Amino acid sequence: MNIVVRYFHTLGSPPYFYRLAQRLIPWLAAACAALIAGGLYLGLVEAPPDYQQGESYRIIFVHVPSAWMSLFIYVVMAGAGLVALVWRVKIAEAMAVASAPIGATFTFLALVTGSLWGKPMWGAWWVWDARLTSELVLLFLYLGVIALYGAIEDRRTAARAVAVLALVGVVNIPIIHYSVEWWNTLHQGPTVTKFDAPSIHISMLIPLLLMAAGFMFYYAVALLLRVRCALIDREQGSKWVGEIAGEKA
Amino acid sequence: MREFLQMGGYAFYVWTSYAVAAVALIANIVVPLRQHRRLLARIARRARRRSAGE
Repeated sequence: MNIVVRYFHTLGSPPYFYRLAQRLIPWLAAACAALIAGGLYLGLVEAPPDYQQGESYRIIFVHVPSAWMSLFIYVVMAGAGLVALVWRVKIAEAMAVASAPIGATFTFLALVTGSLWGKPMWGAWWVWDARLTSELVLLFLYLGVIALYGAIEDRRTAARAVAVLALVGVVNIPIIHYSVEWWNTLHQGPTVTKFDAPSIHISMLIPLLLMAAGFMFYYAVALLLRVRCALIDREQGSKWVGEIAGEKA
Repeated sequence: MREFLQMGGYAFYVWTSYAVAAVALIANIVVPLRQHRRLLARIARRARRRSAGE
């Protein structure tokens, strides 16, 4: 067996992964805090007001990274689901299941902060346009994954069912991304993720990217914290969990 | 400072956005941390009971 395959086998073993997560969490959390602190400072204090939207545009620094994360986490969840279905890797199952509440949180935040931005700029909290509606569908997909997992007694069967639902829902991801181009929407088009240079000034782009990177690390921390619980819960009868519980007690 | 907090008249929208985000993101860290502690405590308690029963 070559080294890479063997490494993935080790990584897939719950006790090894648990201890790796223990070591990684503080570093990831520190990186997350530093990036978000820098992003907040540059975004809220240093960046100039927008020439059209004044100070209200500062919602962008939490709205856009949340929306990006809502899509990114869904893709990770579906990817982990696929790995769980094909190779029956327990860690991948746990990752898919643990991603759902975090993704739902970011989707909820994208919708709420968008609403709080829409009210002063568009004059409406909500409009049924393509971008907003497809993002709302994403929230329902996440909630569906959470509900489905909770509804099935056997954890492994539940994880497989969740993986199938997550994979089917992937179809919504390009719809959300391209919604602002395919349909006439009130929502503005992409300013950063397009082929030309981003149409946003560097003094606003840097805090936006810092916040996005901070949210990435946040996801890693939140994910590992949940996967850690799932591993202990699922293997509570085993020797390694007993040892860890003994150390802590 | 006052000017900063007023956000050009958009204080409600801007600060509510950041407050909601802070609450939601912190909750997503606190919940699994507490669950982890509870799980380990329960497992340790059960192990002690088992070893006492032997």
